[in-house]
Amino acid sequence: MHPAPSVIIFTSLSGLGFGLLFWLGIGYPEVYGMSAFGMFFVAYALAVGGLLASTAHLGNPKNAIHAFSQWRTSWLSREGIASVVTLLLMAVYAIGMVFLGQRFQILGWIGAALSMFTVFTTSMIYAQLKTVPRWNMRLTSVMFLTYAVAGGALLAGQISIAVVLLLVLTLVQFAVWQAGDKRFREAGHTIETATGLGNLGKVRLLEPPHTSPNYLMKEMVFTVGRKHSRKLRMIAGVSLGLLPVILLYALPFNPISAALAVAFHVLGLFAARWLFFAEAEHVVGLYYDKR
Amino acid sequence: MTALPQTTQKKLGLVIDLDICVGCHACVTNCKEWNTSNYGAPLSDVDAYGAEPMGTFLNRIHTYEVKQEGCNAQTVHFPKSCLHCDDAPCVTVCPTGASYKREEDGIVLVNEDRCMGCGLCAWACPYGARELDQLAGVMKKCTLCVDRIYNENLPEEDRVPACVRTCPAGARHFGDFADPDSNVSRLSAERGGMELMPEQGTKPVNRYLPPRPKTDIGGENKIDILAPFLEPVVNEEATQDQPGGFLGWLDKALEKI
Ligand code: SF4
Ligand code: SF4
Ligand code: SF4
Repeated sequence: MHPAPSVIIFTSLSGLGFGLLFWLGIGYPEVYGMSAFGMFFVAYALAVGGLLASTAHLGNPKNAIHAFSQWRTSWLSREGIASVVTLLLMAVYAIGMVFLGQRFQILGWIGAALSMFTVFTTSMIYAQLKTVPRWNMRLTSVMFLTYAVAGGALLAGQISIAVVLLLVLTLVQFAVWQAGDKRFREAGHTIETATGLGNLGKVRLLEPPHTSPNYLMKEMVFTVGRKHSRKLRMIAGVSLGLLPVILLYALPFNPISAALAVAFHVLGLFAARWLFFAEAEHVVGLYYDKR
Repeated sequence: MTALPQTTQKKLGLVIDLDICVGCHACVTNCKEWNTSNYGAPLSDVDAYGAEPMGTFLNRIHTYEVKQEGCNAQTVHFPKSCLHCDDAPCVTVCPTGASYKREEDGIVLVNEDRCMGCGLCAWACPYGARELDQLAGVMKKCTLCVDRIYNENLPEEDRVPACVRTCPAGARHFGDFADPDSNVSRLSAERGGMELMPEQGTKPVNRYLPPRPKTDIGGENKIDILAPFLEPVVNEEATQDQPGGFLGWLDKALEKI
């Protein structure tokens, strides 16, 4: 799948933002006034920024308002509704903490749960697609949720729990790569099942339907850059969890090491998300004899 | 609404005969011609005369080579348009309600006035049957020529999809799969009509008729079926001004006149 910057930024940043909102919602840290303002500002900037980035992917954004209508069947619609409801609810909670010196605890808990639900709906946009076997597994949702909780803990400054979560996240990410590598074969799709010609022999593409890449190929048959995927996996795998943990533990805690830890985590997150798209193979590639 | 109907009264669709299709792309051209000037936004072309032309098409022809160990390879031309699936994943993923499957005849359509061009439906389709138009920014797909098949302004013989009407080989057939006696149901039953990628669970309506088995003409190197008849001539000694083989025979035959 084409690793479009808009979807990489969208899933990465909004995941982080809702992860941070989750921690703020359950009261870790319990901050008020200006420091609460700073925290909520970061969370909203990430969540809203991510959502806005996703609209760059739309061909016809003027109809985006209709995206809130199909919650009964569409995960993308549910994602839109869940994020707006969460952001509105948490805004009330934030006003309490920032201006009134009050923590509306129940509201916070509901908001935290909704934040996680929002991340889950994002994950299901991808995990529901049978056409992309690498994504079509439960681990995909586990991965998105772990990213949000771990990254959120790091941003929320919950160092002791963040360290554990970042290590768990690293394990989850490697498990996803392991399982993902086998998914296409497990799903059993081949050029023979795609064309139905398998009983006549081995099938190969003789002539493509068009001479230069079309929308389908640009969007779904992305094969560039896979050769670097091993290296990128190592960079991502080390940078998203191990380096931040070392920084947080080895150095005496100070704003610079904390900022560096966040920077490494985000770098790892972007690299892993790039791979999430670039390595995903869509079954339509079978018709083009390339994945 | 992007919920799928429980059942549809009719199941309109196509039978595509892989034995007959000659890969001429006439259906591709006529499909584009009809659909660019009728239902919805035109099917745009980008950089049409440049180095990397790219356009929106609702129907595409792939050509495959099928080869069995020890046999001659076979060429199969493979037209592909929307299969109007019963369990269409492209419909249920759509967040705006633009994609829908019609209860009355099973046709899967896009309402362009609601589509926001997110492309998720194209991701959900296993067959590559949906393309986002690069200029209009909305999703385009085969409409089963809904604006022809019920169109009383057209002469009766034209009330079939453009691709079916134009195919010079008669490789595309249109009809109702819900009726077991329809042309398409009977064709599909007689010839073992197949679903594409059935393991995706989309329950396609369209059926593909497999190529008929080719007569085996004797393995890899015996492709010239006339060779045995020419053998006596071939075996005669060929010299410089007395060519052998077919030419030799021709030479002699002309000499005799
Ligand atoms: S072929 Fe693709 S676009 Fe057509 S109904 Fe099936 S899934 Fe949808
Ligand atoms: S591109 Fe249009 S039709 Fe397809 S899922 Fe998005 S809104 Fe629906
Ligand atoms: S039925 Fe109409 S829209 Fe569909 S492929 Fe044929 S000509 Fe194109």
